[in-house]
Amino acid sequence: MTTALDAAIAKPRKQFGETFLGRLWTGLTRSPAGFAGTVLVLAIVLFSFVGPLVIDQDNPTDTTQIWTSPSAEHWLGTQYEGKDTFTILVNSGAQPIWVGTLAALMAVFVAVTLGSIAGYFRGRIDAVLLQLTDVTVTIPQFLLMLAVVAFFEDIPPWGISIVVGATMWAFLFRSIRAQVMSLKEREFVEAARLQNLGPARIVFREILPNMAGFIFVNFVISVNQAIYAIVGLYVLGLMPSGTPNWGLMIHQSWGQNFYLNPVALPFVVAPLIMIVLFTIGLVTMGRGLDQALNPRLRER
Amino acid sequence: MSDPILSVRDLAIAYRTGRKESVTAVSGVDLDLYEGQSLALVGESGCGKTTLGLGLLRLLPGLGEITSGSLTYRLKDGGRADLLKMKKEQLRRFRWNEAAMVFQGAMNAFNPVIRIGDHFADTLRDHSDGRRWTKAAVEARAGELLETVRLDPDRVLQSYPHELSGGMKQRALIALAIALDPQVLVLDEPTTALDLLTQRSIVQQLHELRKKFGFTMVFITHDLGLAAELADRVATMYAGRVIETGSARDIFHGPKHPYTAGLINAVMPVKGERPALESIPGYPPSLKAMPEGCAFNPRCAFASDECRRSRVELELLTERPLAMDHAVACRHHDQVRFQRKQKENANV
Amino acid sequence: MSDRTAAAAPLLKLRGLEQVFDTKKGPVAAVGGVDLEVRAGKVLCLVGESGCGKTTTARAAAGITRPTAGAVEFRGKPLADMTAGERTAYRRAVQYIHQDPYAALNPTRTVASTLTAGLKRHGLVKNRAEARAKAAELLRLVDLTPPESYLDSYPHQLSGGQRQRVNVARSLAMDPELLICDESTSMLDVSIRVSLLNTLGRLRDDLDVGFLFITHDLAVAKYFAWDGEIAVMYLGKVVEHGPTPEVIGNPQHPYTKALIGAVCEPDPDLARANQAAEQLRSAEIPSLTDLPAGCAFHPRCPAYEPGLCDAAEPALERTGAGGRRVACHVVARGRRTDDRTLTLDAVPGSRRPAPTGAADDPNQTTGAAWSA
Repeated sequence: MTTALDAAIAKPRKQFGETFLGRLWTGLTRSPAGFAGTVLVLAIVLFSFVGPLVIDQDNPTDTTQIWTSPSAEHWLGTQYEGKDTFTILVNSGAQPIWVGTLAALMAVFVAVTLGSIAGYFRGRIDAVLLQLTDVTVTIPQFLLMLAVVAFFEDIPPWGISIVVGATMWAFLFRSIRAQVMSLKEREFVEAARLQNLGPARIVFREILPNMAGFIFVNFVISVNQAIYAIVGLYVLGLMPSGTPNWGLMIHQSWGQNFYLNPVALPFVVAPLIMIVLFTIGLVTMGRGLDQALNPRLRER
Repeated sequence: MSDPILSVRDLAIAYRTGRKESVTAVSGVDLDLYEGQSLALVGESGCGKTTLGLGLLRLLPGLGEITSGSLTYRLKDGGRADLLKMKKEQLRRFRWNEAAMVFQGAMNAFNPVIRIGDHFADTLRDHSDGRRWTKAAVEARAGELLETVRLDPDRVLQSYPHELSGGMKQRALIALAIALDPQVLVLDEPTTALDLLTQRSIVQQLHELRKKFGFTMVFITHDLGLAAELADRVATMYAGRVIETGSARDIFHGPKHPYTAGLINAVMPVKGERPALESIPGYPPSLKAMPEGCAFNPRCAFASDECRRSRVELELLTERPLAMDHAVACRHHDQVRFQRKQKENANV
Repeated sequence: MSDRTAAAAPLLKLRGLEQVFDTKKGPVAAVGGVDLEVRAGKVLCLVGESGCGKTTTARAAAGITRPTAGAVEFRGKPLADMTAGERTAYRRAVQYIHQDPYAALNPTRTVASTLTAGLKRHGLVKNRAEARAKAAELLRLVDLTPPESYLDSYPHQLSGGQRQRVNVARSLAMDPELLICDESTSMLDVSIRVSLLNTLGRLRDDLDVGFLFITHDLAVAKYFAWDGEIAVMYLGKVVEHGPTPEVIGNPQHPYTKALIGAVCEPDPDLARANQAAEQLRSAEIPSLTDLPAGCAFHPRCPAYEPGLCDAAEPALERTGAGGRRVACHVVARGRRTDDRTLTLDAVPGSRRPAPTGAADDPNQTTGAAWSA
């Protein structure tokens, strides 16, 4: 009897398509647009992280080669110091992407944690957190970043992540809180409460998984925003000019009037194209994800 | 009275589910409806009754499409027209003037931000060509219609949908459907989600309207009690096909398809003794995974190997005038014994 | 079923239960003083139209909302006086089943996960394997067999009837003494409804579970509560209460009669007879914010008598033997006139001759006033 029972109820391995990652994958690949976006994002990530390991990193200053046009040797020509523009471009993606992703991760983590606590428990803690976001939201984001960056002169990249993340969490907090409040009223949450399942289980296992798509899409959007913020800081020349990155390239083009020089065109335009492509990729990917992860859209 | 007001031939409807796939929701439906008849399409959810009902007016939602067959109506002017060959403009004129629909869910059928009176104005103006509807004319017509369904026009016309009760909304919806005097009225679950006493009053209302205007009705319902109450004819649907059809008396007093018999047997009587009711075992099949042979075979007590291999077409059992023939699509129909007893001595 | 329950204290007792909600239009008494009991292994059906307060009553009984007056007592102990421990025990012993089988299951959790959450939380199982075995057993209890084809399903892969069975199984995981079902079968197809009711009836008999069963459908109430009781509610109050065969077979309150007369039977001949049935004076239910004076049913009641019904509110009074209670002036007067005859004919408009000894034979008096 027991053996028969055990055999009958042995848990089969989950089909890939039923897991969260599986749904993520089908969502990303099902619609042509979502697929294109994902490919674009992956391509830029590969370009920026694997690229520097593959290419020849030897890129000396060469005064004989200042501002040359694209050629077989220098695909995007050379810049004002005679360095290869393509090599610089390859090296410039990693920092904005990882700093932006880290910032978005922190913002989403804080927003989800605090948002679900506030939305689920309401009461005093909710009031306090809401006040806090009111304050955060009223301070102009960019000014805050400027002030912090100006104050800490030699701020490390992860520090920038914290600063950027800190300016982004409040908006996300509000929408997470609102979602939790509405999900909390749903009957399956009430059923869980009536079984005394405890707040931690209810919030993290009953409510949050229903928002997984929402959170993920917001994360993608946050990455995008964070990259903009970081690049913006560089463009304004407020960041130490050590590591090469897209923002720095734009800053140099702008500050030293390279954009007036026709031969400098690849140097000026390349980082802009990278940022625009990455944004487009993230947005279309986000939309594909939304459709894949939103249960209402999925069941159709 | 010689030719039917509506003839359906070999109608099939499918829903697209992907770029290339689609599921068939309704197939092989043949139906003749004569003037003044009322036909109930009955069956469990997912059997295709709503799809068929919407299909009769070509009102299928986005992904649904009629894949084959014909839908011939006899128009008011005596001509005949195949609905499937109509252009968009003709279709617009056809709807409401010749045939109208009362959608399911009285709660949500009205646009919540538009007053009832404006709903009437929009409908009258949109669907009647050649006639100008002045404000006064609209009000007069709407008032007349609302009075027909026993609503107070002065109050209702000025109201927003949420200010009316479910029963009042359903009445207003019916009034709106008959605004241009259609010959055929299709009602999707006209009493579902309404309270019992409200249901009763809507049923009464529909009887009165039929008596007064003599229109032909098709109503879609899962409630067999309602079908017995309102229909002269019944068509049972299962897995997208009509599996039994006949006069209400033939169907309710001697169902010949095991599924129809099961459905009637599952209705809980409020009068008389409490019988021990048997349900139909199992669940209706998914449209995506239809069983081989007769779609009902996995749930059927009479299923034989033959049933698992192939299905049968509707077979004529009793011939009756005006397409009221009792026909059933079951090879074992002679084994179906209908057991429901109505001990009813108070109702004489 | 068993006679040992007769002596025991009721499982659940509602004592003068009131629930007043504050709305923009002022306070609304959704439930205005309800006294009812449910005994172990017995069924009490609350019947009425939407807005009659049956769901509000059920939610208060389940401890979801706190009543504004009166008390909910579980095994003789008022909910308000319970210690934290007692409340936890009550939470487990009283389970609530929602109306909508689609909304009551978490779309992101498998059936197994839904069923085992409570078991794990309350330490009813030692490990995962045991939890899974228990979940399979629960599925068998609610006739979802073979369990292994359901355990790893997500709700969207199940039909409405199957989902509702999962909901029932989840509540059974807590080994409950009382199930409160809020219209739990109303969204299901007829054949599915019968089989779920049959399953619930078996649980009642085999596991001795008591039921507070909410429905708007008298036929369902009759089918499920045949050995139990029915309480008919109208605008927040119980208007008729008694053993099911009596209330259904020999309804006394004009509202109960109207409800029974309104049920459509699947027989065109009966339907024709029904068409001639007596009409209510109004199809609209009055608003709770603006209740009529006197008997709340009087504006719709076919037996309405000016001066009597609109003057004072009728009390829910015992009529005759068998524990029947009715709140109707006209019925009460009829009883006072002739205390010894059962009051079937007390309602004017009924054209039936007074039956003799009819109370024992529900068949004979079925729906009398409404279809004569």
